[in-house]
Amino acid sequence: MSSVEFRKDLFANERDDTLKEIGKPTIRQDILGHVTGRTPFYDDHLFDGLLHMRAVRSPHHHAQIRSIDTSAAERMPGVRRVATAKDVPHNLNTLLSLIGFGRDDEPLCAHDKVRYLGEAVAWVIADTERQARDACAAVRVDYSVLPHVLDPEEALQPNAPVVNEVYPNNTFDYHNTYDHQKLRFGDVNAAFARADHVIEAEYQMSPIEQAPIETCGAIAAPETNDRYVCHTNTQALFFSLGTTAKLLDIASSRLHFIGGTVGGGFGGKVDSVVEPTAVLGAMLTGRPVKFAWDRYEEMQVGAPRGAERWRLKDGLTRDGKIIARELTGFFDSGAYMRLSPYAIIKGTGHVPGPYFIPNVASNVFCCITNRTPATAMRGFGITAVDFAIECQMDRGAEAVGMNPIEFRILNAYRDGDMKAHRRKAKNTALIECCQVAAGKANWPISAEAAAQSSLTGGGTPERVAIPETVIDSEGRIGERRAGRTSSTSPAKNGTGRVPAGTHGVAVSGAPVQNPDMQIDAERIGHRMGAEPVSAPPVAAAPGVPVRPAAAPSYQAPQPTPPIAAPSGPATPSYAQPAPPTSAPAQAPTPAPAQPASYAPQPASPPTPPAAQPAPYAPAQPFSRGVKRPGSSPFTSGIRRR
Amino acid sequence: MAKTPITFTLNDSEVALFADHGAALIDVLRRGVGDLTPKQGCAQGTCGACTVLIDGKPHLSCLTLAETVEGRRIDTVGGLANGRDLDVLQTTFMEGFAAQCGFCTAGMLLAAKSLLERVPNPDRAEVIEAISGNLCRCTGYEPIVDAILLAAAKMQGRAV
Repeated sequence: MSSVEFRKDLFANERDDTLKEIGKPTIRQDILGHVTGRTPFYDDHLFDGLLHMRAVRSPHHHAQIRSIDTSAAERMPGVRRVATAKDVPHNLNTLLSLIGFGRDDEPLCAHDKVRYLGEAVAWVIADTERQARDACAAVRVDYSVLPHVLDPEEALQPNAPVVNEVYPNNTFDYHNTYDHQKLRFGDVNAAFARADHVIEAEYQMSPIEQAPIETCGAIAAPETNDRYVCHTNTQALFFSLGTTAKLLDIASSRLHFIGGTVGGGFGGKVDSVVEPTAVLGAMLTGRPVKFAWDRYEEMQVGAPRGAERWRLKDGLTRDGKIIARELTGFFDSGAYMRLSPYAIIKGTGHVPGPYFIPNVASNVFCCITNRTPATAMRGFGITAVDFAIECQMDRGAEAVGMNPIEFRILNAYRDGDMKAHRRKAKNTALIECCQVAAGKANWPISAEAAAQSSLTGGGTPERVAIPETVIDSEGRIGERRAGRTSSTSPAKNGTGRVPAGTHGVAVSGAPVQNPDMQIDAERIGHRMGAEPVSAPPVAAAPGVPVRPAAAPSYQAPQPTPPIAAPSGPATPSYAQPAPPTSAPAQAPTPAPAQPASYAPQPASPPTPPAAQPAPYAPAQPFSRGVKRPGSSPFTSGIRRR
Repeated sequence: MAKTPITFTLNDSEVALFADHGAALIDVLRRGVGDLTPKQGCAQGTCGACTVLIDGKPHLSCLTLAETVEGRRIDTVGGLANGRDLDVLQTTFMEGFAAQCGFCTAGMLLAAKSLLERVPNPDRAEVIEAISGNLCRCTGYEPIVDAILLAAAKMQGRAV
């Protein structure tokens, strides 16, 4: 029955083939429940007196909310409660704040304006789902429609409407400094100059909905001990729990989340929207509340794989070798960030693909538009890049007149090759995959290509070297803000070079990790003497907000020697991966200097700040919750920004 | 709200209850009777996860008014096994990895059950036709089709 074929002849000496289960049929541990219908999905938990919660959703891509009139809805039969943004205790979050990445940019319920079609502006909780739907239709929202932008490149235009005031340039700010994520390896312009063929092409991928058969939903109910139980189909239970604790300003110890059974996810159930909404409903009514998307909401409001546009430029020699690849990418994050900035970091580093290319440059923009926010879906950040790369490979093979499989084998990475993100390739198998695929497809390849191996030919001095990388006069590998030009081409007027063999200035960003003892002061709420962060700039001008000419959060460049010693202490501060939410003036944190004591403190009621043990001496007092460094501030339920 | 008294047979047991006027059969089965095996995926008759057998024929319980099943026989996956003995379809689904998340499985099994009662020895095209009203996002359908064909063969006593 199985069509799986094992090729244990390949790389046979890399494993001792004593596995007992791999390659043998097995029965899933959960499938008895599936075939008998007894698997308990979230909606299979019955509660007496269950109320149904529905959202009132924006009919506009972009509009200011002048007023919300819920009085008619409140008088509708069966309605128990109508809730709006003012009922959400802390109505601003970003999903990755749980790992200290990005600025809080998304409300659970829109209050000042709506930024995408279908954004929630109010909720109705009623005895039946139909009553909740009818009452939703009776909520009157007065909108003032704003111009919208739906294309990621148009969002970068100077006159584009500002979608999300937390990011006034319509881009995510990497390291609070760069409007794009960058990768530089070697010198692409010099390589293009000597290339025999230069191939430029643009590729685009539309948003893709995960479309699980079970839509996103959650049931929350008051529990004993002043807790709330939440049955959910989330793919990320602790994300959902931490996000709920933060948005509702409630200790996570008062939340009892039960999940693990997901009726199809594919990335679409990580966004933690339905859980805080359902728990809010239970808090407001004191009754069990179900909040579930219907199929229309799943398709319209459920976050898809983001739309991506990629421009690739390859330089090839006559004999088929790719010597340079340049990529400019525009990733449509939608109206809010969620997981897109992280996906782009993956996609940027993936640019060469599984190929050895000695000169690589990429700029990828995380663009904010008035589309549904994008999120995870099956290899997000990588899939569309691979689509673009493989289309480009076929064009390259055509340009040099080569068999496309032989062209891939010729350029494939091999064990020991240095990749553009400065990691050595290990356990590579592209050549073998190409050979097997050619055999399966009866696609003839030359004897020479058939004789190649991933094990040999890689890691030679020229393939393992980190090449000289172009930088500009300030020691940077490119402009910080490229949005105006959107050009990837690095430093045509480059005045400096990062010497070959070093990681260079700007790529030395990742500090040496001390795996267990590293204290991320920002993440656990310590200020380390720095000034508290002021609120992000909000351009609240009514009417048509226009992008400011200069980026407000621009950080003054510090004078830097163009060439830094590989591991010297004089690394410029912008090279540090400053926590994105940190104040621009914050000094690099001497993280490992603090002696970390992991001895748990006795669990106690809210501790006065003076009772904190000496080594941590927080500048801001703890209210309660965090017991040791390294634990997320949100799993304690206390938000401290 | 107006209530309608209805009686029907569910998995060989008689059920009598009051249904809300206009209630869908799936809501009566799930919330009223407590048979949670039909799943609601779309509530608009597209996905087939709510499939039940009414007098042996597959129907979408999300689009069936509860009042219309008065006096009829309804079968769900809850009644597919005979005590602890699983139906042949259930065992071939288990062995053939024909379910991943499990949300569509109940509907698939009932669509297949109905097919095998009508056509004991279906060909592949007939199996595909029979489950064409049931969407699955995990498996890619091939293991499901294989499992149904294997079940048909086992029920016929044929070696595979």
